[in-house]
Amino acid sequence: MASESVQKKEEIVLKGIPASPGIAIGPVFLFQRQAPVIEERSILEEDVKREVVRLEQAVARSHRELRKILDFAQKKLGDDKVKIFEAQLMILEDFVLFNAIYSRIRKELKNAEYVVQDEIGKYHRLMAASKDEYTRERAHDVEDARNRMLRNLQEQKLISRLEGSAVIVSSYLTAADAMILSRNEVLGYATDLGGITSHTALLSRALKIPAVVGLRNVLHLAHDVDRVILDGYSGTVILNPSAESVKHYETKRDRYHEFEARLAGLRELPAETLDGRRVELSVNVEFEQELEFIKIQGSDGIGLYRSEYLLVGREVFPSEEEQYQQYRLLAETMYPKRVIIRTFDVGGDKVMLDPVKENNPFLGWRGIRVMLDKPDLFIEQLRAILRASTRKNVAMMFPMVSNIKEVRRAKKLLEEAKHQLRKENVSFDPRIKIGVMVEVPSAAVTAEDLAEEVSFLSIGTNDLIQYLLAVDRGNDIVSDLYQEFHPAVIRFLRRIIERGKRKDVWVGMCGEMAGDPLATILLLGLGLDEFSVVPNVLPEIKKIIRSVKYADARKIANKVLTMQTEDEVKDHLKSVMKKKFPDIPID
Amino acid sequence: MVQREVTIKNRAGLHTRPAASLVKLAAKFKADFFIDKDGFEINGKSIIGVMTLAAEQGAKLVLRFSGEDEQEACNAVVELFESGFNEQ
Repeated sequence: MASESVQKKEEIVLKGIPASPGIAIGPVFLFQRQAPVIEERSILEEDVKREVVRLEQAVARSHRELRKILDFAQKKLGDDKVKIFEAQLMILEDFVLFNAIYSRIRKELKNAEYVVQDEIGKYHRLMAASKDEYTRERAHDVEDARNRMLRNLQEQKLISRLEGSAVIVSSYLTAADAMILSRNEVLGYATDLGGITSHTALLSRALKIPAVVGLRNVLHLAHDVDRVILDGYSGTVILNPSAESVKHYETKRDRYHEFEARLAGLRELPAETLDGRRVELSVNVEFEQELEFIKIQGSDGIGLYRSEYLLVGREVFPSEEEQYQQYRLLAETMYPKRVIIRTFDVGGDKVMLDPVKENNPFLGWRGIRVMLDKPDLFIEQLRAILRASTRKNVAMMFPMVSNIKEVRRAKKLLEEAKHQLRKENVSFDPRIKIGVMVEVPSAAVTAEDLAEEVSFLSIGTNDLIQYLLAVDRGNDIVSDLYQEFHPAVIRFLRRIIERGKRKDVWVGMCGEMAGDPLATILLLGLGLDEFSVVPNVLPEIKKIIRSVKYADARKIANKVLTMQTEDEVKDHLKSVMKKKFPDIPID
Repeated sequence: MVQREVTIKNRAGLHTRPAASLVKLAAKFKADFFIDKDGFEINGKSIIGVMTLAAEQGAKLVLRFSGEDEQEACNAVVELFESGFNEQ
């Protein structure tokens, strides 16, 4: 056997924005658009008519092309997605625009390509520079319409056919590109540019083709690549994957198929009881945990983002800019769903600042206490959160609040941050919502007062139960005294929820109890408005909510409220669960 | 010439759908129609012009109509804005 020296190509791992879920493994197809090269030419008076006719024909051809794409989209995806292409079509029919273009050809005696490029360029520049993200996205539609006309003026053909199946790698894909390319066997889309709400992302999800956008330099790097792995859940793209990587992703693909099966049918359905009570079902997230798209897809948003995760393994606080980039990525990825960012909850067992020696850190300098003592750092974080809120899908909440004065001080600092940003002409959501964690018993007891200062309360059962029952979960000797179903806890929860609702704020829960299937019906019955859970249990919790009547849940809660021990409570709930949900594992 | 100030009510601002409704409605009238936002003026019958406005919720726009049916045009367009473009 002849020995061959096979040059093993190096594996390259890239990170982008997960735009459409799924895992693709296969060959690469580089989609490179030739930017039309436009010459400015002077024309003679007698050539004007010919130029005008040329342009009219190019517009007609462009119109026909778009109509074909639109019809294809309608057949494949339905009326709803067709809207994406309408903006371009309308631009082609904009008589004000074209009157201006034809008039300039006549007056300036220049060729059609130049005038089209220049006139539309004016609008495109304005839109691309807009502070409004939606408008910046529309700039792509304008550019696509323009390039389409220019291409048709130069009578260049549109590339749309592939040999076999492939992952398409490109600098940017317009909706039209993504649509027309999908006539082939497309395994996935990977692009340098684009955000989560770009049309490519929307279409990929509708077409159920995995996609990752915002990779920055994938086109350049993919030039000599045979194979690629595209992970639309985490936003990872691997060029020239090793055999282990391929194996890893094939396994991941299977695991997700299994999760999808559990979630099947439930994903798009709301967390609503049989008798129509709608609650919010969101997820708890830390950033290291991959923002696994599918797990979040079935949710109403992120109910808790633990921002202190940004501090792990660091000696210095991350800068405002660094924080802003992370928060913005979060908001972008989840848009239009809401993201609730909890301000840094450090101290106690999560100390990372100047090493402070406390005898009892759990009852010491932690949570909002720390941030209020470091207002400069706090304002930096508030500024970063505000800056990331431009799409109006970001809210914030403060941890470990024990006194209404803390909330008022924090709000003052927030106003200061807003004031600064206004002076700097930086945009943010002026109506950004604020909430507080209810985890310290004093906050629970004065919930109705806190509710007057904020828009929502989020119950942090992990710490609340420890403080309330005087139990350290980490202490093996007493850890089994930590009981979610202790009557005191349940009555406390009822109190918090009722007092909050009296003042018109919504009350949610981000502690572990929210994700405990045994507690779901009880929490529903107590009137909880929002459950923020670990992504993995989302399908089960949704299933339970959708299978019960709120009226029945209330009866169960009322019964449980009369019980005196956690054993009674658990036994009762277990018997209810066994009857209704024999397939959901309890305990 | 008839002039009116309106405020955008829609949460997502003057995005593609309401922009299209606006332009289609304005095209029905003979009167010229211009929209002014913070001193920046565009032709209200041009979809690309309206898209460039980037008008968000709460933005104040000055609408100007001039021509034989300017009053009718004004009433119809203002009504469209006040109704939030029939969204929600």
